[in-house]
Amino acid sequence: MDYFFTEQQQMIIDTAREITNEKIIPVRAELDENNQFPREILQDIAKADLFSIFVPEEYGGFGGGCFEIVLALEELARGCVGVATSFAASALGIFPVLIAGTDEQKQKYMPDIASGARWAAFGLTEANAGSDASGIRTTAVLDGDEWVLNGTKQWITNGGESQIYTIVALTDPSKGARGASIFVVEDGDPGFSYGKKENKMGIRSSATRELVMKDCRIPKDRLVGRRGTGFITVMKTLDMSRPGIASLGVGLAQAALDEAVTYAKQRVQFGKPIIAFQAIQHILADMAMQVEAARALVYGAARHIDAHPKDMSKVSSMCKVFATDMAMKVTTDAVQVLGGYGYMKEYPVEKMMRDAKILQIYEGTNQIQRNVIGQELNKEYAA
Amino acid sequence: MHIIVCVKQVPDAKDVRLDPATNTLAREGVESIMNPYDRHALEEAVAIKEQVGGSVTVVTMGPPQAEAVLREAIACGADDAVLVSDRAFAGADTWATSYTLAKAIQALGNSDLVLCGKQAIDGDTAQVGPGLAHRLNLPFVTCVQKTRSVTGEAIEVERMMDDGFDVVRLPLPALMTVVKDVNEPRVASLKGKMKAKKAVIKKLSAADIGAEAQCIGLAGSPTKVVRVFSPEPRGDRQMFSGSVDQQVEQLVERLKAHLST
Repeated sequence: MDYFFTEQQQMIIDTAREITNEKIIPVRAELDENNQFPREILQDIAKADLFSIFVPEEYGGFGGGCFEIVLALEELARGCVGVATSFAASALGIFPVLIAGTDEQKQKYMPDIASGARWAAFGLTEANAGSDASGIRTTAVLDGDEWVLNGTKQWITNGGESQIYTIVALTDPSKGARGASIFVVEDGDPGFSYGKKENKMGIRSSATRELVMKDCRIPKDRLVGRRGTGFITVMKTLDMSRPGIASLGVGLAQAALDEAVTYAKQRVQFGKPIIAFQAIQHILADMAMQVEAARALVYGAARHIDAHPKDMSKVSSMCKVFATDMAMKVTTDAVQVLGGYGYMKEYPVEKMMRDAKILQIYEGTNQIQRNVIGQELNKEYAA
Repeated sequence: MHIIVCVKQVPDAKDVRLDPATNTLAREGVESIMNPYDRHALEEAVAIKEQVGGSVTVVTMGPPQAEAVLREAIACGADDAVLVSDRAFAGADTWATSYTLAKAIQALGNSDLVLCGKQAIDGDTAQVGPGLAHRLNLPFVTCVQKTRSVTGEAIEVERMMDDGFDVVRLPLPALMTVVKDVNEPRVASLKGKMKAKKAVIKKLSAADIGAEAQCIGLAGSPTKVVRVFSPEPRGDRQMFSGSVDQQVEQLVERLKAHLST
């Protein structure tokens, strides 16, 4: 289907596709098997200027938005969701600075993000603060000209690999969510270290690690946005980032569909390629319909968000749920089409199925997204 | 440092056909790409430029549509591109091609290093690099698998051999041809692609480079292609699989069966 991309958007798609075909697909199985972080691929992505696509031009970027990120992520996810997640997490990590940071903070961080010289990560989740993000316990106390942070962040994507971390901490614990603020913590800051590294079911090439802050002292000017507005910035950040996760679902499902159709044309049973059987055709047809429907919704949502409307939460959540539930179903069906071969590691679809599961969980579970959609509907129909 | 990279537009190896009438490669309707070895030569030139500073100029001799590979080269990090193109160049063999490229490089002026791919995947001769060095009277090394060091005065490289490699040190200016092991070419960047779109490609004709008519194109080419053919498929083949021991066992069984018939 033709989505009438601009020349620049087509260039982003082509570049990401070349990275996927030349740099990701040849090594994805090995990265998955060895739990190996794709440092070299991220450097290739940096050289290709893809880290710059969402960075404003005045900070050395390409000046694109949510839609450009979606297009790049879809192509990268076709290769490997683990690699694509590592790329996406850098954007997620710097969004708070882009949304609420001062010009000085943007000058300090955005050019490095654009060039890929430094990567970012987002530190929100804690052991007791998952779906209920207001349950965070990490604190930040002002001591003279420095903030002193204490607490542990859990399951942080790019933890230990990135150099720039945006950390959500309570500056006024008595106020709960209204007492949260965001800080930039840099690799090497005193009192900042990395804890447990996770061993995961899927997206195994991505790094998921604890961040430990023990009397971590950072300069006063690392506060991002006004004190106490942390959660508002978190919500805006996630509104902008969720279509990216949705596009990972679209790219992943497209890859699974490609594998399933290719296999069905080659595999001969009962004297015919199995694609000649209606039972297989119907599975493939359902897969194709779902991928295209999700893609259309994700593109529409991303374009909507780039227009900076007030009501972005609902479409952002809708595309995330729809595309990632779709990816789980389509990758599972792809394994079914390949049968026994699909279950073996010689074929890439078993990895795709394992990688799909996290998409329904991270950046807000799909149940939490449905809560958001439901609450927004309730508000819309209130009058 | 000014580095020149010679590139060639070739038919994509995934789709090679012969024109039965002329016994030459059918180029009509076949997708063209930058010769893969030249892609590695370009990457090496860009990497050297990034290390020691300077500029990279890509040169190709070819028809007007060869401009596409020059734009691709700019997207991948080259600074300037030159298309050496003239109807009079048509039908050139490696002798006439190396003459023409040498005249073009001389016309461009000072260069410190000339890089070529080891060979083109269409002709597969591996003659143009050394021929060009001869014409330019430059020291040269072929089949470079690694650049060890570069200074303003010299370059030290590893030349791939059947049983290892030679370390070769050349005073600059010099010429080298590279094999695929030398690097992993980068994906063209967004900024590079935008630059490539706008880039002005310099065009040089036979007259511009001062080429003598009897030295270029068909007239300057002593090579005559007598016959081109696809080799007949060889007889029955069988592939053995499994461990080495299992394969040896299968082979012995097969030979025994063969001898007993």
